[in-house]
Parts: sequence; C-alpha cells; structure tokens
Amino acid sequence: MSVTRKPIATGSDWNFSVLERFDEELARLADEYRLDTYPNQIEVITTEQMMDAYASVGMPVGYHHWSFGKQFLAVEQAYKRGQMGLAYELVINSNPCIAYLMEENTLMMQVLVIAHACYGHNSFFKGNYLFRAWTDADSIVDYLVFARKYIAQCEERHGVHAVEQLLDACHALQNYGVDRYKRPSPISAEEEVRRQDEREAYLQTQVNMLWRTIPEPPSGTEPLPGSLHSDDDPLDLHGGGKYPPEPQENLLYFIEKNAPLLAPWQREIVRIVRKLAQYFYPQRQTQVMNEGWACFWHYTLMNRLYDEGKVDEGLMLEFLQSHAAVINQPGFDSPHYSGLNPYALGFAIFIDIKRICESPTDEDREWFPDIAGSPWRDTLEFAMRNFKDESFIQQFLSPKVIRDLKLFLIVDDDQSDMMEVAAIHDERGYKRVRNALSSQYALSVREPNIQVVEAAIRGDRSLTLHHVQDNRRPLGRSVYPVIRHLQQLWGFPVHLVSMEEGRVTRRYHWPVEGESKEED
Amino acid sequence: MTYFIDRRPNAKHKSAVNRQRFLERYRKHIKRSVEEAVNRRSITDMERGEKISIPTKDISEPVFQHGAGGARNIVAPGNKEFLEGDKIRRPSGQGGGDGSGEGGASNQGEGTDEFAFTLSREEFLEFVFDGLELPNLQRKPLKSLEEVKMVRAGLARDGVPSRISITRSMREAYARRIAMRAPIKRALKEAQEALAAEESKDPVLRNPARIAELKTEIERLEKRIEAVPFIDTYDLRYHQLVAQPQPSSQAVMFCVMDVSGSMTQNHKDIAKRFFLLLYLFLEKHYEKVELVFVRHHTAAREVSEEEFFYSRETGGTIVSSALTLVNKIIEKRYPAEQWNLYVAQASDGDNWDDDSNICRDLLIKQLMPQLQYYAYVEITPHDHQSLWHEYETVAEEFSERFAMRQIVDAGDIYPVFRELFKRRLSQER
Repeated sequence: MSVTRKPIATGSDWNFSVLERFDEELARLADEYRLDTYPNQIEVITTEQMMDAYASVGMPVGYHHWSFGKQFLAVEQAYKRGQMGLAYELVINSNPCIAYLMEENTLMMQVLVIAHACYGHNSFFKGNYLFRAWTDADSIVDYLVFARKYIAQCEERHGVHAVEQLLDACHALQNYGVDRYKRPSPISAEEEVRRQDEREAYLQTQVNMLWRTIPEPPSGTEPLPGSLHSDDDPLDLHGGGKYPPEPQENLLYFIEKNAPLLAPWQREIVRIVRKLAQYFYPQRQTQVMNEGWACFWHYTLMNRLYDEGKVDEGLMLEFLQSHAAVINQPGFDSPHYSGLNPYALGFAIFIDIKRICESPTDEDREWFPDIAGSPWRDTLEFAMRNFKDESFIQQFLSPKVIRDLKLFLIVDDDQSDMMEVAAIHDERGYKRVRNALSSQYALSVREPNIQVVEAAIRGDRSLTLHHVQDNRRPLGRSVYPVIRHLQQLWGFPVHLVSMEEGRVTRRYHWPVEGESKEED
Repeated sequence: MTYFIDRRPNAKHKSAVNRQRFLERYRKHIKRSVEEAVNRRSITDMERGEKISIPTKDISEPVFQHGAGGARNIVAPGNKEFLEGDKIRRPSGQGGGDGSGEGGASNQGEGTDEFAFTLSREEFLEFVFDGLELPNLQRKPLKSLEEVKMVRAGLARDGVPSRISITRSMREAYARRIAMRAPIKRALKEAQEALAAEESKDPVLRNPARIAELKTEIERLEKRIEAVPFIDTYDLRYHQLVAQPQPSSQAVMFCVMDVSGSMTQNHKDIAKRFFLLLYLFLEKHYEKVELVFVRHHTAAREVSEEEFFYSRETGGTIVSSALTLVNKIIEKRYPAEQWNLYVAQASDGDNWDDDSNICRDLLIKQLMPQLQYYAYVEITPHDHQSLWHEYETVAEEFSERFAMRQIVDAGDIYPVFRELFKRRLSQER
C-alpha cells in the first residue's frame, strides 16, 4: 500500500503542541470507533512525582500513612536499580479521567500512553458495569480530599499514633469492606461533610441501642433485626435470635455499625477506608479485561495512525517493540515466569473475539454461535460492558487462545505425592482449562471466604466469624495478626472458625486461648 | 475533550511525610542497622547514605490469605510436553510455584525475606547522632559577639542602584504624580468648563478674546500635566541594610594526636574514626566547622590531614607541646569570642613523666576557660599512666566540659562516642 507519509512529528522528542496534535488524531479515531470516554486530563509529571503516585496506589490525593512511605521506598529502590520501568498505566478512574505522562518518556511512549490510558482504560472505566455500579467517577477526587482532611484533623485531635493504629487495623480488613451483592450508595464529598455530624450522633445511638443491657421496648425506632422484643417473651429473657441474623461478609461495615467501643471519629475512619476499598473493588476484579481492552485499543489506534501516515516507521518500530514486551507471556518453566500476564491474556482474548467476528472458523461457529460473524465492534463493546474477569474468561476464552498460550491445568493436592496434569490444550481439555482459569480469577477463590456469623451481644460480647474452607485450603499464617487487628477494632475476644462441608477444621482465637485442631 | 497540564513545577517530596512516618515506625530496626553500619564502614565513608534491610515479616501488612496445603488448581502457560494425566514432581519449595493469580497487592506477602531501602545521608546521620547533643553549650554573652550579619531594615532615600526597591519607588512616584497633577487638573477642569460655558452662549454674545484666552490656558495646563515626570530621583527608595550581631555559628575543631613510636597505624585508625564522628556531629550543629590538625611527639606541629593520619615518626612523647601549640593557634587565629572551640585528643596514654602535671596546669589555667568542650580518648588496653590521672583532676574541675574515656578496639568507638555526647537531662538540673 502506498500512503504518503506526513508524520506529525519524528524523532523521540516531544512538546505540548505535538502531544496535543497526536491527541486530536487519537480522539478522532476513537470517536470513529465509538469509544465513549470521560474527558481526559493528561498531567505531565517528573519521575519522583510518578513514584509518589505509585506509592499512593494511584490516588491523586491520599491521607498519610506509613505504609505509603514503605511503598514509596520500595518503588524508589526498584526504579533506581532499573528493575522496573515507570511508563505505562497510571490512570485514575475519575471524571475527568486523570492520566500521567512522565517527562522522560520518548514521543512514542507518550503517544502510546495516551492511546492506552486516555482512550483504552478511560472507556473501560466509563463502560464496564462494575465500575458503573461501584464507583462514582465524578466525586472520587473530592472524596479523597475530604478523607485526607478528616484524617489529618483526627491526627491533630487524637494523636498520630492512635490514628495510625486504627488505620493499620482497617487496612488489614480492607479486602472485606464490600457488599458483593448490593449496590452501594454513591459517595459524595459534599454529602459526606454535611451528614457527618448527623451520622456520628446517629451511629452512636444505633450502637447504644444494640448494646444496652436493660431491655426496653424500642420507642419510635424500629425493632432490631433478630428481634430483641417479642410477645412470647415480654421480658425478653431469652433474647431474640442471634445477632446478626444473617452472616455478614462486609466486615468493615459490620465493625463500623456495631463495634461497641469505637468512638464516633473512629467509626468515620473505618468508613473512609471502607469507601476507598469499595472504590478499588472493581479494579481487582477486572485486571485482565481492563488491561486487555487498553492494549487492544492502543494496538488498534497506533496501527491506524501508521496506516494514515501520521507516524513514521521509526516510531512504529519502537512501538511494536514496546508492545511486544508488554504482552509477552513467558512459559511456566522460564526464569522470567511470574504467573499469567494479564496484559497478554486480555489482549489475546480481545484480539481473538475480533477474529471470531470477522473470519470465524468451523470451530468458532461451534463454540461461539452467537458471536461468530457478528459485527466485531458491537461484540467487543458488549464484552467490555457486561463482564468481569471471571465471567469474561468463562464466556470468551476460545480454544485458539488456549492453544496459542498452551495453557494447561495442574492439580496440586497435598494428599498425593505428585502434582497431576488434569487438562491440556486439546479437545478434551479446553472446557476444563477454561473453567479452572475462570475460577482462578474469581475473588471468592482468590481470597478466603470469611464472614461474621455472631456477635454475642448478650454474652461476653465476643465476635465469631466463619471461614468457609474450600478444597481443604487452610488460612495462611497472617491470620493471627489479622484477627488481632480485628479484635482491636471490636474491643472484645474474636473467634474465627474454619469450616469445610459443615465440619469445623480449625479454630483461631484472639486473645489466644490455645488453638485446637478438630479431629474426629 | 482533553486538557494537558504540566505538573512538573508542583511541589516535590509529596511522600516525605509518609516516608518519615515509615522511618519513625521502624526506628528500632533502622537504628540497629545504622549502628552496625557505623562499625563496619571504612573510615572515610560516613558521607553517604546507607542501605537498610528490615525483615519483611516485621513490616508486612497482614491480610487474610490462603496458606499452603489442600488441593488447588493452577493454570499455567507454555505447556510443551505434558499430556493429560501426567504426574509431575512438586518443585522444591512450597506448594508448586506462585502460579495462581496473586494480585499485585499481596505480592510482598511471604516471598522475599528482606525489605531493603536506602537512607539519604541526612537521614543516616540523623540516626547516627540520634539522642546525642553537644554538652553544656555555654551561651556566649551577646556583647562580646563580633560576628555580624547584614539584614534588611526598612528603606532609605539613598543607596546603591542594586538595592533599589522597585515597588516602593513606583509607589512613591505614583503618589507624587497624583499630588503634583491635582491642582493643575483642577484648574484645567475649571478652564474647560468656562470654555464650554462661553461656547454654549449665543454667537452674538460670545467673547472671542475670552475664548482664545481660555484655549491658550487649557493648552498651557495640558502641557504642564505632560511635564510632570513619570519618575523622579526624589521617588527612589533603597533597601537599607543594618548590621546585626549574630550568635557565632562557626566552630573549630582541634584534632590532637600523639604520633610517637608507640602509636601504631591501628591506633591511628581508631583515632581517626573518633575524630570523624566528632567532625560530622559538629557539622550538624554549626554552619561552618574548621579543622586544625596538631600532631606531636616531643614537639608539636600543625599539619595537613593526610600527613596527620599517615606519616610516621618515632621518638618520645611530650603532650604539653601540643597543648601549647593549640593555645597559640587559638590566640592567633580563632579568638574565643568568635569561635566555638572544640578539642579532641587521642593518645595511647604515654607521656614523659614530668610533663603530665604541666599539661594539667595548662589545661586548667589557659585552655579550658576558652573551650566549649574537650574530649580525650585513650586508646590502650593497658593500665593508665600518669597523664590519665592528671587529666582526672581536670575532669573534676570542669566536669561539664571535659570528658575522657578509654577505647580498647575499634568496636568501642561508637559506644564511647555516644556515651560522651548522650543527652544528660538529669545532670543538668
């Protein structure tokens, strides 16, 4: 093909006007592909600022905590030794969508990051159902500012140490700060500030009512779930059922609402950590999709730029090299292997969906009757909007991708001496590999399933949790430090019981009262 | 819509607070590492930061995790020769590769044993000298302070062009222009009104002479307004500087060392480390620290640093020669009113028998009254000789400012140094 090349710029140097022109081109192409994005706010920053951003897990404004300092030191050390590049991928799910460009990067890198982050990730944030349901891009930055101010105030009032300890405890539980089956109320900074005092007072009355020792008919307020009061037992001698009536998976929420001894400001901080955990919750579940989507679009957009003659061969070669490095998947036996590369897997699946739509084979028609031959852009959009990693892989991982990546399934059972290869990339194995990979990305499999089952509100006030064990996989050694943190928040003894198929396998207690292994 | 924002000029060190919190939290660990580093480091290299390692288990942030054991499924890429049903030996080490999708967040769980990072030089020294302070700094009376610093003090009408205050000068000029133009403007306005009144009269009643007169008047006034200068020498204002006496922020440190035959290179290395620690410590407290090296055997000489530490001499020892020289140098170059004077002396304790009491008298009568602090270290595993005993009487007299300790080997330096300078809260009362 013969295109007259009129590159917007050549060489590796960049300036703002060049970037703006590239962005205009990318925006035009993205529009042509109907990518729906938030407005972009592209910030050019220095290396040090980039390390700052890394250290605060990408939050543009963070409260102070030593763990972020630790992160910063780790990033700094890795970067100085050259173990880590800082190029791709810092983009914040906010409206406008904030993306960072590092000043040292070459022109190609800047364009690539704009394509990847400002059009790829950005449209994913705006379109994917988890992000739509769980995060509020309009208010996150305001909320972060509110959180930072509030925590700083608490530090002034109650001392840095007290706040730090509380945050340590909350951080230990932050993966359990989400209602997985309920849509949360949107967070808004203004609202938070306005309602804060009101809530503090209200929360305290709620707690007071729960913990009062003299039963009295609830006047004006709703009776507690689990019914403290019933007609059969007017004196409420036997108490109602247990509390909470249903197991609670959102540990932080349960603490915030029910921990007997927390001061109102402490509840507020628990809430802040919970809200932020909730904000990051979709990201933890869509890593493969999100990166795959962004890689698919930077690849597509860069190729279009090249086809239209807007970039020269040099830039394109540099891009291809960089792209190949990003989506590289070393084999399991390679010294560079460190698990499946979400970029590689996600990119392979999206590219393959496009292939299935455009030129389906017989195999594809059998496996994907719905999408084989359909318009690729609509199918891709559908896939991006309505899935998370777990369901996305279950739905779209094709035999071809399994063959290309040569995926295989190993069962590692500590009851047998050897590990067994349970499935490989053949006719018999595709489905099993796909199921196993899908569940590998399910949060419920990745993280132990732990729920609050009972707070002994009429007894010793201890808190009991159940760990629903699966395939005899026990809890890691970190369990004691974590339940210690939990006990600090709750203020009374904490019991954690591991159960598998209705049988207790192990009990953990804090304060330690001698652990016991249940044998029968 | 896209906005580009250049954030590069923004404040740096956004993470500084978090970094400090981290260092604060792991103070104990870091201090231990720093102490080891001080003892291990070669003599010349206190000037850089230090790599610190902390066991990962001590700083991990625990979360609920799966442990090893049970049955798990692992999907891995890159199968080359395996078929379904093949058995594979478990790789040595726990649980067969970290293949399953561990999120980035928990990667620091249990893998690596050490969390390593680098302290900057300032942070390093902060830890080295943590809890130390210069003993009993004598507050010099302000009267005797001769050191001055020029500070800005208001404005003056004259000065050199480089100190012109532009804003103040312009403000003066503005005020002057308003003041000078106001009467002219008023007259101008009156003339214009008169002219307008004259011109609005019926043509028959107009007085042409009056109009012409008013017109020239207006012209003249306009010229006068023009002529008011935009800026005048009268407007200029200059920043004025005055001399303000300053507490002395300079110190001089005398390193006095015995280089007689009995001092081996090992002794000197130990002494050097001690001097170096003291130097760094002083440097933290004073803007400027000068070093004077005095070496002696039977006679004392001021020498360069290189010569001080590395050239060898033989012969007997007369300590008082060095003290006399120090006294002379102070008189000549470092008057006590302007300088904070420190002396650190290292020796193996040898001295000519008759000389020790001369030393004592020299110290008590001449040197000690001028000095901020005198530190004496005796590097010897043997019993003390006469010099030590004479010095003990000095130490009794000037217990606040005279310190002496014995060092046996290099490992003692840092503890001895810390002991010499540790905060003495109770004693001061």
